[in-house]
Amino acid sequence: MEKCRYCDPRLETELCGIVLDNPVIAASGTFGYGYEFAELFDINILGTFSFKGTTKEPRFGNPTPRIAECTGGLLNSVGLQNPGVERVISEELPELAKCFHKPVMANVSGFSADEYAYVCERLDEVKEIGWIEVNISCPNVHGGGMGFGTDPAMAAEVTRRVKAVTSKPVIMKLTPNVTDITEIARACEAAGADGISLINTLLAMRIDLKNRRPLLKNTTGGMSGPAVFPVAVRMVYQVSSAVDIPVVGLGGVSTAEDVIEMMMAGACAVQVGAANLREPYVCKNIIGDLPAVMDRYGIDSLKDIIGAAHSL
Amino acid sequence: MKQVRLKVKENTEIADNVVSMLLEGDVSAVSAPGQFINIELPGLFLRRPISVCDVISDADPIKADNGNGCVRILYKAVGKGTELMKQLPEGTVLDVLTGLGNGFDTKCLSAGQTALLLGGGIGSAPMLMLAKQLLSKGIKVQAVLGFNTAAEVFLAEELKNAGAAVTVMTADGSGVGESAEYNTERGFVTDARAAAEGAFDYYYACGPMPMLKAVYNTVSGDGELSFEERMGCGFGACMGCTMETVSGPKRICKDGPVFNRSELMWG
Repeated sequence: MEKCRYCDPRLETELCGIVLDNPVIAASGTFGYGYEFAELFDINILGTFSFKGTTKEPRFGNPTPRIAECTGGLLNSVGLQNPGVERVISEELPELAKCFHKPVMANVSGFSADEYAYVCERLDEVKEIGWIEVNISCPNVHGGGMGFGTDPAMAAEVTRRVKAVTSKPVIMKLTPNVTDITEIARACEAAGADGISLINTLLAMRIDLKNRRPLLKNTTGGMSGPAVFPVAVRMVYQVSSAVDIPVVGLGGVSTAEDVIEMMMAGACAVQVGAANLREPYVCKNIIGDLPAVMDRYGIDSLKDIIGAAHSL
Repeated sequence: MKQVRLKVKENTEIADNVVSMLLEGDVSAVSAPGQFINIELPGLFLRRPISVCDVISDADPIKADNGNGCVRILYKAVGKGTELMKQLPEGTVLDVLTGLGNGFDTKCLSAGQTALLLGGGIGSAPMLMLAKQLLSKGIKVQAVLGFNTAAEVFLAEELKNAGAAVTVMTADGSGVGESAEYNTERGFVTDARAAAEGAFDYYYACGPMPMLKAVYNTVSGDGELSFEERMGCGFGACMGCTMETVSGPKRICKDGPVFNRSELMWG
């Protein structure tokens, strides 16, 4: 009976033609391939989750320290550590299928348009995958990642190449480290993207006062956590008015109230990232809290409030 | 892993800037020496991972079934989080993730064999629970603890009282010859006669990276080493604390923090 608390029809939403029981999606890089969390709670209560960013070849990532704290969040310079797409398909996804029975979001990264296309083509045949989220926004790798997300022409090129090799909905994940994020979002939409997710982390840095050196071995890292939430809300608001495709909002979401605010800004689904690292049950708690918070604000159905902040 | 609320029962400085904290509540998830707990602190986003020094089960068997007891941690107040911890009054309730990490493997020794325990500075903390567990199985324990100076020494008498043969090393030679309780020598843990003579069957080491490298390179025989790193989550989700090993990248928080020497890439 406990589970019913997490399957309230008022929470239903839709992302690129796939119905989600609720808008809560655990964000890539904070949820691994799900198993750590499956030990704690039934992860099938989630809307879905976006698995660890996957590249063509296995990657160790950046040297440690990769983590630094800041007020209201953290910086990370993990650098896309992952076992590579072949092992993700042969080992991680079959393991995941044992504990997660909904369409999962695949998160893909690369260092060239060819690599993005290759990985997406390989993942296209995996039936467990519902959406492909294309990360053109990782600030922690050189010669790729964020480079594609800061130039509209390159963002469009990656979108086109990926769309050509997969029939799954393609969601382009954007970086906030740009002057005008709507320009990038429009370029992705024009190139055929089915959705946009934003924001990835903000490029940031901390210095250790004792040894006068950067705290992160990689010097810079991506900042996330509650501190970035207002930036994310602003950008989701801007992008959702600039494009007609669905927008997934993320960046500092930690509570049911944050989910509702993000949806009012224009998101049809919401990802939870950094909060998972501090509070492993946060997604479960948010889903459990949503109905009461909706009641408090007179919300009958979450679908009703998507983009509510846009209407005057 | 278990998320629990633990009450600060004691928070006392036991050596120069080293604090012993007793946390009371459900400690049932702590299953091995060398594991750690991850403590949420008010105003700080990331939890603070601190290794378990000891677990004290409640004398009341009914409570013990619920896992009630105390977990003891030792920490050095060196940064924002640990400075804040030092100020916490008794009675403060903390949100804690318990039973994290693999911990030391005590099954590779049997009664009558000898374990060498090597602790460097605050890395000595997990050696108490480890020593107690080994001793309870009839395994002899030689503990070598290393410190910069005599004012920093802690845990030596407790290890002695638990039944271990203890050597305290000080890098500056202070305190040498001044204890009737335990052996004292000048130098690093790797300089100790107990470590150099090799009269042990297996070693366990925890301490700063230069010490672990020295142990790996100079202490002969098989053993395992416990690592630390700045962590994001502490339970294997974020890949923040990865280390390269002979069998590929491993997460210090989840696959470690303890690794057998054969896993390390220092050869």
